[in-house]
Amino acid sequence: MSDRRAELEAAHWGGRTRRYDLIKEGVVAVVIIAILVGALATLFGSPDEKQVTFKEWAVAAPADFYATSVQELAGSSGTAGYGAPYNKASDGINLGPLYLAKLLGVTHPVDTVNDFVITPLTTVSNAAPVADALKTWQASDAKSKATWATNYDNALTKVNQDQAKVPAGNYGPVPELAAGLLTMAQAGSLDGALLSQGNYFQTDNTKQTLFLGDGTYFNDKSTASNLQGSTWGMMNETGRYPGQAWLWLYSFWYQIPPFNNGDSHPFGANADAWIMVIMGVLSFSLILMPMIPIVNRLPYKIKIHRLVWKNYYQEENL
Amino acid sequence: MSTSTEKEMWVSKLRKGWQKNLPIEKLLPDTQPAYVASWIYLFGVATLASLGMIIATGLWLSFEGAQWYHTSNVGHFANSMHFWSVQFFFVFMVVHLWGKFWMAAWRGRRMLTWITGAFAFVGSIATAFTGYLVQSNFDSQWISYEAKDGFNSVGIGSRFTVTNFGQMLLLHVAFLPVIIGLITLVHVLLVRAKGVVPPIDAFNKELGERK
Repeated sequence: MSDRRAELEAAHWGGRTRRYDLIKEGVVAVVIIAILVGALATLFGSPDEKQVTFKEWAVAAPADFYATSVQELAGSSGTAGYGAPYNKASDGINLGPLYLAKLLGVTHPVDTVNDFVITPLTTVSNAAPVADALKTWQASDAKSKATWATNYDNALTKVNQDQAKVPAGNYGPVPELAAGLLTMAQAGSLDGALLSQGNYFQTDNTKQTLFLGDGTYFNDKSTASNLQGSTWGMMNETGRYPGQAWLWLYSFWYQIPPFNNGDSHPFGANADAWIMVIMGVLSFSLILMPMIPIVNRLPYKIKIHRLVWKNYYQEENL
Repeated sequence: MSTSTEKEMWVSKLRKGWQKNLPIEKLLPDTQPAYVASWIYLFGVATLASLGMIIATGLWLSFEGAQWYHTSNVGHFANSMHFWSVQFFFVFMVVHLWGKFWMAAWRGRRMLTWITGAFAFVGSIATAFTGYLVQSNFDSQWISYEAKDGFNSVGIGSRFTVTNFGQMLLLHVAFLPVIIGLITLVHVLLVRAKGVVPPIDAFNKELGERK
C-alpha cells in the first residue's frame, strides 16, 4: 500500500457528510438492549443448577464417597498424585522438556491425608470407634499408615468398592476413619470443615473442589449435563441455556486428534498445555492481525466491504 | 500568558496533545462521513450498550452479595439480566470484529484502534470466564475443576487459582472490569480521534488507480 493512500485514509474526511447524533444513538441503543435483556431475563431466567455438596454426594453415593476417602488416605487419588501446584507427587504435564508447573513449584499445598480426612475428623466429636481410630492413626508412624491405607485401598478396589465384601486384613484404623468421614459428610458437617480447615474466614474452595473431583459422583453428574471436555463441555451450560460459545475454538482442539487421545504422546497426554499454547498464539495473532501477511490482504481479495459500502460505491460510481 | 517554563510542564503537553488530536468537535461530532451508512456500524454501539448493561447489573448484584441470586426472585432476575447482557455483548462484539476485519479497518494509521479492540475481546473472554467461575452453583464447580488443569499445565495456576472463589470474585468485580473499561475507553477515544475508516476504494480516483 502506498504511503500516499495511507495519508489520505488517515486524514480528516473532506467528502460528503450526513447528520449524526452520537448521544441519541447511544441512548437508543441502551434502551433497546435493556428492553431485550429484560424480556429474555423475564421469559427464560438464567441457569442455576444447585451446587453439589459433600452431604449430597455421601447420601446419594456412599460407596463412592467411602472409597474416595480411602484413596485420599492411601495417596492413590487424582489429587494425591497430581503434582504442582498442589504437591510433588509427579512431574505433571510437559511441553517437550518444559515442566512449567513443576518449575513454578508447590504454591497451593494440598495434603490429601490430613486436609481431606484427618483434620476435618478432628473438628467434630466422634463416636468411640472413630475417636479410637483417630488416636491410633495419629500415634502411628508414616510407614504403618501407608501400609494400612494401601492394603485397604487395594482390597476395596478388588471387590468393586463393596465394603461388606472386603476380606479381613492388615488395615489398621483406615476402615473406621473412612466410615467416620462418611458419617460426617452425611450429617452435612464436612463441607464447612473442608473449607475452613480450622479457621474462621476462608474463601478458597480448592480443597473441596479437588476432593469432589476425585470421586466418580461429580464426574458422572457433569457427564449427564454434557459438560465434559470431550463433548464440547467447555462451551456448554447446564440446562437449555447458551454457555460460553465464544470458547468454541478452545473447545475445538479437544475434539480432534491427537489432543482427544490422552494416551498419545507427546501431544494427547499433554493436551492441556499444548492447547493453551495454541490459543495463546492465536489470541496474539488476532491482536496483531493487521501485521500478518496474506491474512491482512484478505479483505482486499474477498470483497465483502463492497456490501458494507454498497450505497457509497453506487453514489460515487466507484 | 504562558512562559517557556510552563511549556515544559507535563500537563501543558497533555493539554496540547489532547486539543490537537481530539478536539471537542471530534469527541462529540454532529456529522459523519456519508459512507457511514450500513447496519454493520450499529454493532459497535450495541456492544457498548451491552457493556453498560453488564456493568449496571453487575453493580446491582455486587451490592447484594454473591449468594443473593440463589435465594431471591429479584436477585435471580438481576442475575438473568447480567447473564443475557453478556450473551448479547459477545454476539455484538464478534459481529463488530468481523465487520471491522472485512473493512480492513486498521488502514490509515488505525492499527492501535484494531489492537485495543482485539485486546478488549480477549480480555472480555477472561472476564466472562471468571464470571462463570463465581456463579457458586454446579456449573461453576465443574468449570473450576476442569479449568484448573489448563492453567496448571502452563504454570499459570501457580498464581491464578480458578478453584479459589475469593480470588476469582475479586478479579471479576474489580481488576478485570477496570482493565476492560480502560481498554474500551482508549478504543472509543481512538475511534473518535482517528475517525471512521473510509471505504477501501475511496481514493482510487485521487491516486489514479482503477478499483
